[in-house]
Amino acid sequence: MSQYFNEMYDGGKVRMPYARLEDWMNAMPASLRTLKQAEAEDLFRRIGITFAVYGEGGDPDRLIPFDMFPRVFTASEWARLEKGIKQRARALNAFLVDVYGRGEIIRAGRIPSRLVYQNEAFEKAVVGMKPPKGVYSHIVGIDIVRTGPDEFFVLEDNCRTPSGVSYMLENREIMMRMFPDLFRGNRIEPVDRYPEILRRTLASVAPQKCTNEPTIVLLTPGHFNSAYYEHSFLADLMGIELVEGQDLFVEGEFVWMRTTEGPKKVDVVYRRIDDAFIDPLCFRPDSMLGVPGLMDVYRSGGVSICSAPGAGVADDKAVYTFVPEMVRFYLGEEPILQNVPTWQCGKEADLRYVLDNLSELVVKEVHGSGGYGMLVGPKSTKDQIESFRMKIKADPGNYIAQPTLALSTTPTFVAEGVAPRHVDLRPYCLVGEGIELVPGALTRVALTEGSLVVNSSQGGGVKDTWVLAE
Amino acid sequence: MLLSVDHVTRYRYDQPVRAVMQSHRLTPSAFDGQKVRNWKVSVTDGIPGGAFRDGAGDRVQAWTVKGPVSEIEVHVVGTVETLDLAGVLRGHREMVQPEVYLVDTLPTEADAALAALAQTALAEEGPLARAHRLAAVVADAIAYRPGATHAHTTAAEALALGEGVCQDHAHALIACARVIGLPARYVSGYLFATADGAAHEAAHAWAEIHVAGLGWVGFDPANRCCPDERYIRLGSGLDAQDAAPIRGIARGLGVESLDVTVAVQNLQQ
Amino acid sequence: MLSRTADNLFWIARYMERAETAARLLEVGSRIALLPSAAGYRNEWDSLLQASGNADAFARKYGDPVQRNIESFLFFDRDNPSSVASCITTARENGRIVRTALTTQVWDALNTAFQELRQLERTPRSELELSRLTEWTMRHAAMVRGAIEATLLRNDGWDFLNIGYSLERADNTARLMDVKYYVLLPRVEFVGSGLDNYQWTTLLRAMSAHRAFHWAYGGEVTAAKIAHFLILNPQCPRSLITCVEGLSAHLDRLARLYGATTEAQAQARGMLVALSETREDDIFDEGLHDFLSRFIRETAALGSLIHETYLSGDMR
Repeated sequence: MSQYFNEMYDGGKVRMPYARLEDWMNAMPASLRTLKQAEAEDLFRRIGITFAVYGEGGDPDRLIPFDMFPRVFTASEWARLEKGIKQRARALNAFLVDVYGRGEIIRAGRIPSRLVYQNEAFEKAVVGMKPPKGVYSHIVGIDIVRTGPDEFFVLEDNCRTPSGVSYMLENREIMMRMFPDLFRGNRIEPVDRYPEILRRTLASVAPQKCTNEPTIVLLTPGHFNSAYYEHSFLADLMGIELVEGQDLFVEGEFVWMRTTEGPKKVDVVYRRIDDAFIDPLCFRPDSMLGVPGLMDVYRSGGVSICSAPGAGVADDKAVYTFVPEMVRFYLGEEPILQNVPTWQCGKEADLRYVLDNLSELVVKEVHGSGGYGMLVGPKSTKDQIESFRMKIKADPGNYIAQPTLALSTTPTFVAEGVAPRHVDLRPYCLVGEGIELVPGALTRVALTEGSLVVNSSQGGGVKDTWVLAE
Repeated sequence: MLLSVDHVTRYRYDQPVRAVMQSHRLTPSAFDGQKVRNWKVSVTDGIPGGAFRDGAGDRVQAWTVKGPVSEIEVHVVGTVETLDLAGVLRGHREMVQPEVYLVDTLPTEADAALAALAQTALAEEGPLARAHRLAAVVADAIAYRPGATHAHTTAAEALALGEGVCQDHAHALIACARVIGLPARYVSGYLFATADGAAHEAAHAWAEIHVAGLGWVGFDPANRCCPDERYIRLGSGLDAQDAAPIRGIARGLGVESLDVTVAVQNLQQ
Repeated sequence: MLSRTADNLFWIARYMERAETAARLLEVGSRIALLPSAAGYRNEWDSLLQASGNADAFARKYGDPVQRNIESFLFFDRDNPSSVASCITTARENGRIVRTALTTQVWDALNTAFQELRQLERTPRSELELSRLTEWTMRHAAMVRGAIEATLLRNDGWDFLNIGYSLERADNTARLMDVKYYVLLPRVEFVGSGLDNYQWTTLLRAMSAHRAFHWAYGGEVTAAKIAHFLILNPQCPRSLITCVEGLSAHLDRLARLYGATTEAQAQARGMLVALSETREDDIFDEGLHDFLSRFIRETAALGSLIHETYLSGDMR
């Protein structure tokens, strides 16, 4: 038990940010809790916020479990996180501008060229492109875990289209509806400015050729996508159209959307589809999701695409190791947030260490996501470890390994009452003309006792995340 | 040489399509070996779209055509002064790092046979000699025969067949070069065919291999030579599709058929 | 508004209206099943299936038109795109796509219908009275329509919903009448002879207009009165003129809102003027079947115009 940092209890004492929550917790009888939980679920279902799990089939209207016990940060804890997150988001964007330009960081020998130039996510088609305001990744989702009072580690960066922000907003909305007293008693920083800041961020990167108030759209793969709810929710809150590829077309130097009043020029595309699918003329010719000709318009300054095509090369798991180096190289600062020590199985010495210590390590596929293709050594059987060993040996370059981190826990409602469960944190940093972070994030919680996998596709749940005002 | 080009690509649709989007790499590259005297690309009822120079130094021009339309003609006319630089792409401005061209694509993926072919070049010293050797062995291994292969034939398939056209030669050479660690890319352009029929196709393709110290050097296995003053270079890519002078998509159900005529003449007889 | 959004709204309305039509057909069928004439029974089902435009598909899949098969086909069958289950599922999916263009109430009504439908589908058929199924459908159709009318902003989205309703309803009324006329009364001498009284009553029931008709006209049921009621009477909610009035009004609103007159608007106006000037005699002179065929063609043409103008996004 004691090997994990509990964010609420320090020994027998309640830590400061959770002080008021203890009374709240103790005052809630089991019957009320059940009632409230049902109420929350009903609210979520009514709103329509659901999550379909990739490749699992089953109920497409499944809810992500919501835990009512909030996770809390003090103002000073958050201030430090904020500085670290913004620093990282700046460095990642500087890296992207650099590697699609002269590649100074590679010339300086600070990162191996192969990792960048032979990376699947490196887009030759955008070399030489300097997107408006020099931003490639406009929404940087940084996954952070905590292991002690002052110990935070970055688990991975998401520079393409990090999802889940609708949960940050909806969780707060639901908590405020169900427990207004909690919010009266605690001074909790609001998060509801997020859509407005996102809209402003997107507007601030309008393309060169845009002389009007920019028209922004959100490009979704469609209503069968598991994140469709989030797409429609965000578009609605920002007051922008939610479009599919078929709603857009290229004519002349611009992109247009089909409306009941005829074509309307589109200036900024906040896309929630992968690079490979955005333009069949440039990337995958078989893509039905994209807009033929979009890339030429983009490169000639007729439209902005957020995140910019090619941004994925910065959040690659092999490139991740070098993010602290990016912070030093581009910003001349020491990184505020640390990386988790990582072994590259592609390197011989690292590979040997990893194979010798598989039962202690977490091994991930370099290009995998969502907790799939992953080995959690200490939680795996001998057979699982052995079969994973074969996979690593077959293609070492495709794997990285990290120590099993002692993820912090926060109190969580479970069948028997309240118990500690492991959590992580995903804040959403917005980068445009300025760089902003709303004081809040998505906290994901591993609902199974002892589990360290928080992915919603693997049975994780979500919590409201509070930042207390000074 | 002073070469004139007259290149017509005619797209026909068996039923009218609603719109056509095209992306052209149809402007001669700017480098020491060629100088454009005049050059014009026109598209029937085409609306010119965005234009830019991409990271590989190619001039890209987008076009759209509003439908309904059943026939589109892309017409290229112009004259270019050319010099023989023995294949060396001197004075070409580009930003893509050569290493990017080590990445395989489906048509340029090396199978065991291509890999074995590539190994023969290791007998030579230095990248330039190896590149020359590769171009020679590819030319020996794949005989020129039009119609034996099609647009989607891979390098491995062409080698197994032992026959192909310039696209197959280029793909095979690229695949082999990458096997031995030499960055290689596909180049599309025009070729002035002499009266004696020594050269094959007026709309032509070859490969470039990056040689440290020298830069990009062209190799044309189909004609067993390096590009000289008979060649006009348009653009490059990882493979034929990536380097296509015209990429296009039509919106609608019409099935497309294609008709291409190219005439390259020497104006300094 | 995005053309696709308008298209989704348009189809929500069409599918909800179509679901209701399928339920009405079922209800009429079940009434006939209670009548003694076995031969008539079979004919009636055939004609009702033809009205739903799916007689061939039914015959291929089920063969004999016995009541249980018809129920399956018209209510539950997902292979039948016009079944109640298909229509409600499609309407709700269209609603989910344009969730943010709807009010919570409209979405709730659509979603509740869908969720309850899934329960019905899990319920053993022996526990499901036909009347329960038809009433259930009409109740939910009314709830969706009511939520639209009561809560939705009167913007272009509302117009596209109403255009969908009017167009679908115009088509359904015309087809139901045409099937009755064409299939059941091939011998011209019966027309207007009073012999078809029973057939016409069935038709009125299929439109839920049986009682309304008697209030409006009284006395003996005649083909002329029915034709007037279902085609020319602006009081009848399903009459052709009411539907065309709705189409014309909403197309006019759109034209004003967008500041652009359209051919669709002119066409709807033309249809409305023509109907206003038509008398029952004109209809019977032209021939009811010919008249209805022409109306169905004109409605379809108007539908295509609306599609081209607003819903396809290809307008320039």
